[in-house]
Amino acid sequence: MSRRALDKNQQATVDSAQVAVQSRGYWATVLMRLGQDKVTLVCGAVLLTIILSAVFADAIALVDPYKANMLKRLKPIGTPGFPLGGDEMGRDMLTRLLYGGRLSLFMGVTPVVLALGIGGLLGLVAGFMGGRVNMLIMRVMDVFYAFPSVLLAVAISGALGAGVGNAIVSMTLVFIPPLTRVTESVTTQIRNLDYVEAARASGAGNLIIIRVHVLSNVLGPVFIYATSLISVSIILASGLSFLGLGTEPPEPEWGLMLNTLRQSIYVNPWVAALPGAMIFFTSITFNLLSDGVRSAMDVRL
Amino acid sequence: MSSSHPKPAGIAATGSSDLLMVTGLRKYFPVLGGIMNRTVAQVQAVDDVSFSIRSGEVLGIVGESGCGKSTTARLLMHLIKSDAGEIAFDGQTVGDGDGLELREMRRQMQMVFQNSYSSLNPRLPIEETIAFGPKVHGTPTDKARARARDILGKVGLDPGQFIRRYPHELSGGQRQRVNIARALALEPRLLILDEAVSALDKSVEAQVLNLLLDLKQELALTYIFISHDLNVVQYVSDRVLVMYLGKIVEIGTVDDIYERTRHPYTQALLSAMPSMDPDKRIETPPLTGDPPNPINPPPGCRFHTRCPFAEAVCAAREPELEFSLATDGDEHRVACHMNTADSGHTRVPA
Repeated sequence: MSRRALDKNQQATVDSAQVAVQSRGYWATVLMRLGQDKVTLVCGAVLLTIILSAVFADAIALVDPYKANMLKRLKPIGTPGFPLGGDEMGRDMLTRLLYGGRLSLFMGVTPVVLALGIGGLLGLVAGFMGGRVNMLIMRVMDVFYAFPSVLLAVAISGALGAGVGNAIVSMTLVFIPPLTRVTESVTTQIRNLDYVEAARASGAGNLIIIRVHVLSNVLGPVFIYATSLISVSIILASGLSFLGLGTEPPEPEWGLMLNTLRQSIYVNPWVAALPGAMIFFTSITFNLLSDGVRSAMDVRL
Repeated sequence: MSSSHPKPAGIAATGSSDLLMVTGLRKYFPVLGGIMNRTVAQVQAVDDVSFSIRSGEVLGIVGESGCGKSTTARLLMHLIKSDAGEIAFDGQTVGDGDGLELREMRRQMQMVFQNSYSSLNPRLPIEETIAFGPKVHGTPTDKARARARDILGKVGLDPGQFIRRYPHELSGGQRQRVNIARALALEPRLLILDEAVSALDKSVEAQVLNLLLDLKQELALTYIFISHDLNVVQYVSDRVLVMYLGKIVEIGTVDDIYERTRHPYTQALLSAMPSMDPDKRIETPPLTGDPPNPINPPPGCRFHTRCPFAEAVCAAREPELEFSLATDGDEHRVACHMNTADSGHTRVPA
């Protein structure tokens, strides 16, 4: 409303060519909308804190995350020198949580980014070309769909062997089919709309049509879906580590920490729950943030 | 199809002033089915359609839903591939090796779509949508934008107020004006208006129609005006083409079609036209039932299943598009056995 009112005022006072220059650009509008969305701002701040504390873990933490101290095993939260208690080897939980964020976030984001690149491209091609190309790509994806995603990740990781790299490869493979399918379905819808036909009628080739008309409309929903996969990816990475297929001890990683502290859950449940809480907060902030960014970027709202 | 009537004489007569010449255009859509996605049937969407458009005229195309109007438009724009037939723009065959290139044809020929909302990219500002065509054809961005502003002014939208807007911020009439501007941005000579005003409400429709007629004068345009609204077609057209189930049944000047109607289908269409005069109200429906399925069109004349004058010959043989027997000008052509001298139909004028 305010924007329209602004337009009218300007029209009255300034001549039309100047209005064109002055009217708010797309990104300015997006930023303004984000600024008004409290939930998204808080989520962004929390997520930023988590990421920064993981990146600058060695500057924040005062202790060595690998240094065990048998006397401090499973100390409760608030023990002097151990603000978040000690784990089953007497290592400082706070330090390990900070360092653990590095691997967990890395393993959460990397497979999704890789899968977004590969799956997005496949889906775009399948959706835009249609016909036999579509059938070939989508039927191959259906084969992957036949397996539950966790089982598939475990199977591939198991076949490749333990390790962070292999875990990322297996998770990427797991995320390609859903991203391909989402991209394909959105692209197929858009391909048949009149504005794509109109663009073709103006003499534009496929590449230009995809770049100008298809991508801008496909990216939004696909991007949102991809960010929602980040939380799944963090959890899946934790699951792989939990099964001994991802990171290996004594490396700090939230999933692995959750696994090793599992046996201590009756001794000190609060400390044991901490890595899980970190996974939970990271996932939920990713989801809420992506939702907020989507709403802010949608020109139709 | 067995029909392969010779090239209508009218095309040769009008000669070189034809901007667009369409000969034997045909499009069958396959109906896939069965286990291996075989073609089990064909929808005869456009079957052997030939006509020509003179530079500067408005050719109206009318017909019921599904008679092939929009398919014809899309075939002309080469948005779908035709199965047979030839399209020549300004004397040059389009798409041939040595003829006019498709890309160049698309600069000369543009189309305005019916659905004003879905034909604008929701994420592009108006300016970018209009400037897209020129940019594709190599105009530098700033010049393309300048042209977009210029044309936006021509279609009656204040550039300063509208260039940064998105389609969802516009009304239906404004969106259709933007669509027209987008089509005009390439400076075409022929504009295909596929139900371009049908989705607008009456007052806006009149505004847009008048805008179109003004633009035609100003930019020396030629229009193909596709509509199911006979009043509108009568208002804007110089000549009218009536289609039924993928075929031309009658073609002629506006007066030929509206005053000296020859084909029973055209008569039925016209009698279904709502009149402003309460004394002219129609008591009985002029046509009953739906058009037959274009997958298996009736043999012979496609209209014989609904025609009040149908005789044995109508089901047996397909009538050809011939000059009207009532000698009223050299434009009027009709595909009806009642208009074919030796067809054997009892109503052939002596």
